[in-house]
Amino acid sequence: MILVWLIVILMAGGVLAWISGKVNRSLPRWVALASVGAVFLMTLYLWLSNPIPVLGSAWLVQFTQPWIPQWGISFSLALDGLSLLMLLLTFFIGLLAVLISWREIQTKVAFFHFNLLWVLAGITGVFLTMDLFLFYFFWEVMLIPMYFLIGIWGHENRRYAAYKFFIFTQASGLLMLLAILGLYFIHGSQTGIYTFSYFELLNTTLAPEAARLLMFGFLAAFLVKLPVVPFHSWLPDAHSEAPTAGSVILAGLLLKTGAYGLLRFVLPLFPTATVEFAPWAMLLGVIGIIYGAILAFSQTDLKRLVAYTSVSHMGFVILGVFAFNEWALQGVVMQMITHGLSTGALFIIAGFLYERLHTRDIRQMGGFWSTAPKMGVIALIFVMASLGLPGLGNFIAEFLTLVGSWQANNWLTVFATIGLVMATIYSLRIMQKIFFQEYKLVQPLPDMNAREMLIAIPMVAMILWLGLYPQPVLDTARPSIQEQLQAYTKPPIEQKKLPSTLENMARVEENTLEKLSEKPEDAKPALNLQVSKSPSPLIPKSSN
Amino acid sequence: MTLTDFQHLMPLLILTFAVLVSMLVIAVGRNHKIMYVITAVSFLAAFASLFELRDVGRYTIEPLLVVDGFGVFYIGMILLTALLISMLSYAYFEQREERKEEYYLLLLMATIGACVLVISKHFASLFLGLEILSVSLYALIAYLRKRERSDEAGIKYLILAAFSSAFLLFGMALVYASTGTMEFAGIAAAIAGFTELPLLLLTGFGMMIVGIGFKLSVVPFHMWAPDVYEGAPAPVTAFIATVSKGGVLGVLIRFFMEVDGFRYPTLVLIFTIVAIASMLAGNLLALLQRNVKRILAYSSIAHLGYLLVAFLAGNQMGVEAVTFYLVAYFITTVGAFGVVAMLSDKERDAEQLEDYRALLWRRPWTAAVFTAMLLSLAGIPLTAGFVGKFYILAAGVNTQLWLLVVMLALNSVIGLFYYIRIVAVMFQQPEAETEADPRGKLRPSIYVASVGTLTVLALLLVYIGVYPSGLLQVIQGLMATTAP
Repeated sequence: MILVWLIVILMAGGVLAWISGKVNRSLPRWVALASVGAVFLMTLYLWLSNPIPVLGSAWLVQFTQPWIPQWGISFSLALDGLSLLMLLLTFFIGLLAVLISWREIQTKVAFFHFNLLWVLAGITGVFLTMDLFLFYFFWEVMLIPMYFLIGIWGHENRRYAAYKFFIFTQASGLLMLLAILGLYFIHGSQTGIYTFSYFELLNTTLAPEAARLLMFGFLAAFLVKLPVVPFHSWLPDAHSEAPTAGSVILAGLLLKTGAYGLLRFVLPLFPTATVEFAPWAMLLGVIGIIYGAILAFSQTDLKRLVAYTSVSHMGFVILGVFAFNEWALQGVVMQMITHGLSTGALFIIAGFLYERLHTRDIRQMGGFWSTAPKMGVIALIFVMASLGLPGLGNFIAEFLTLVGSWQANNWLTVFATIGLVMATIYSLRIMQKIFFQEYKLVQPLPDMNAREMLIAIPMVAMILWLGLYPQPVLDTARPSIQEQLQAYTKPPIEQKKLPSTLENMARVEENTLEKLSEKPEDAKPALNLQVSKSPSPLIPKSSN
Repeated sequence: MTLTDFQHLMPLLILTFAVLVSMLVIAVGRNHKIMYVITAVSFLAAFASLFELRDVGRYTIEPLLVVDGFGVFYIGMILLTALLISMLSYAYFEQREERKEEYYLLLLMATIGACVLVISKHFASLFLGLEILSVSLYALIAYLRKRERSDEAGIKYLILAAFSSAFLLFGMALVYASTGTMEFAGIAAAIAGFTELPLLLLTGFGMMIVGIGFKLSVVPFHMWAPDVYEGAPAPVTAFIATVSKGGVLGVLIRFFMEVDGFRYPTLVLIFTIVAIASMLAGNLLALLQRNVKRILAYSSIAHLGYLLVAFLAGNQMGVEAVTFYLVAYFITTVGAFGVVAMLSDKERDAEQLEDYRALLWRRPWTAAVFTAMLLSLAGIPLTAGFVGKFYILAAGVNTQLWLLVVMLALNSVIGLFYYIRIVAVMFQQPEAETEADPRGKLRPSIYVASVGTLTVLALLLVYIGVYPSGLLQVIQGLMATTAP
């Protein structure tokens, strides 16, 4: 039930924020802050109260309620380590998004916060849902408010950017819907049970041809969203024209839904087809890494530059996903989180600069270190994070990804590593152009104020924490990563040795929430329901 | 005819009676409000009488009509839509100086025609229903006869509809010549043996498709739609787009299911081409328009194309999908034209995109309703249109009509582009501080009528979008009894 509350609080908060705008201009901000804060605390509580490695099952909380029983659609939510991490990221970034809009958004404040909260609600739903119809539903729900965020509060060319964003994602989403329907009917004709439930559909056996087509349907949506290079052209426009909060949410969260979709749906649903496609996907990833880096280097618009660095960083994600081993997937999860933070922070700094200078053109900037040293230090930290300096989160992410992908494909990994060098070049160029060189402005640039520091400091703390002590995150992600990889690791002997601890999930009968207790004897009966379910786990071959 | 026959025809009888009463009332004295009340009450009464027919099973009134679950559902849908349109019309015509009373008479007549269509099982009743509907529409379209474009639209519709009726009649004659019967069941029995249709029969069906296609305004018989939509008064346009098309589609489904036309590849091919052409042409031409009524006209062409996809699925699920989509489409279209009607003033309808600029900041609620309607047409979640489109896609995927399904997905994206454009115009920042709209002229009761209608429509839209189970149950329950 707590999972439903997460979504309900955000949606209700959005409506409340809209209404409260009639009472007082700044009330919507507080409402938004309160509701995002509330869900953040709830998620944090969930994390701290569920020590995952002890638990033995990947799934922490589940909730299922029939929704459209005629079609086998249920309102089914479930939380595992991966979703939990993504939710924490969502709400953390959500809080920042509310805070950075405090001064920037001055028109239609109430409606802005309505949209902001509904985007977050949509994203939350995407990360939680275990019903493919519902997944598509939330996938679309997050688009509309995002469209408005860009289209109403964006910069000069906002309408074009908003259109482009919407049409790219909608078109690719429809292909995914077709694939979902295809899977639904294939599963239905095989078993006689027509259902959209993720856990049921996992057992579908597909002909290779069908699997390939369906996989491309899903890939269409996720690769556009990620974005992977030939489909990336919506991203620079949308990122650079959106208001700061919009850019932060786009880069920090919406891109992650694509990566999450790959991990959650594409890998486990189509194990054979993905293996076939893997070299191409990794190639696309490497092309993205290098292409994004080259374009980032040649941009003069600061937000566009950061947008292209996203393209480059997301290349690592797809490289890692299609390496099919635990190292790489841990790297991917880390990359999703750290990229969300570091790129979000760079967009926020771009927003601060825009507020002061009313330009995003880095040719008009320069020498800001002397007048705004605090901003310089913060920017330096995140630029270093973005180029993968050890000690900061992104290093862990990229290192793990590369180690994993080396095992899968040596040559492509070599080229991907070149991307790191290029990241150094474009990142240092950001510092060089903005904070060093001679000072060009007449007025001194005001340094960051208390509110801005309040936004920046937690991000710095987080990125340092992830860089120095990533273990909690890795531990949280491990069970679910292993579960996604089940189909790729087939150790028939180890399977017998470790039957219960790594059993994959507990099905919950009927409409109840069930929270597995930490005590193994309580957990066992629930697990036994799962006996019919296929081979279990895992122990990845690379666990050395 | 027996008494039970009358009972089963009660909705039609109530409407017919209402027409007679209306004529007498007009003869005694003209009063807009009384006419409106009579119309609304008779629609409600006719709808209420449907509850008697809930578990009708299949009741035939030889040789013309059949009352079954399918028919009852379609009649109910038509009656409710007509009721909502009459409510919108009241506010719309109250602002105009023409004589208003006959409008309701024609509206009732046209509704009777549509109702007859969906329960007919014989060419004679089909044609009767179609003509009652069409002849009323000629007058309705040209009702505001002092407006030049209204006349033009009326004449255009008159000529083309007459042509299409001729085609339909000729087609029926050919079918009759080769099968010797005009009853759907009889035709089905006569052609049951054929695996391939004989030429004469095929020609007959082809000509009927021309006639029906015209009424549905599918490509290539769509030329009239934009002009008529643009010229007709906004509520009448809503009526053409919904009730008229719904009635014709109803009879088309009944006929095709009865004769099992899906067995013949030629017919399926014709409909496939028509469906794809409608989707593409409707959406692409809509992109070029700057007139909201014309955009909606082209979009309705495209939506008929979508409906044909589910229709071509040709099974129970397809029929349910068509029906569900029609409900969503009715709600959405009436809502959209309701907004157009509400924003119209004495001289002209609010049809240019310019009229909608910054609407969100001038009249937030109207804009919100219109946005919801457009998003539903585009098939975005939380609206009925999404569930409808999903159902159609599901029906298509189920019978593996991959080409059609992919075309539908592609077209949804094109469609999205122009719906979003209208939304974007409404959300633009006003250039200068515009004063609030002068809307004081309307009496509050009228204002409440149209606002209430739009609110009901918007709530229904969201309700069906979020919780479609209820409607699904009703549809599946009623359709199960039909099984033609």
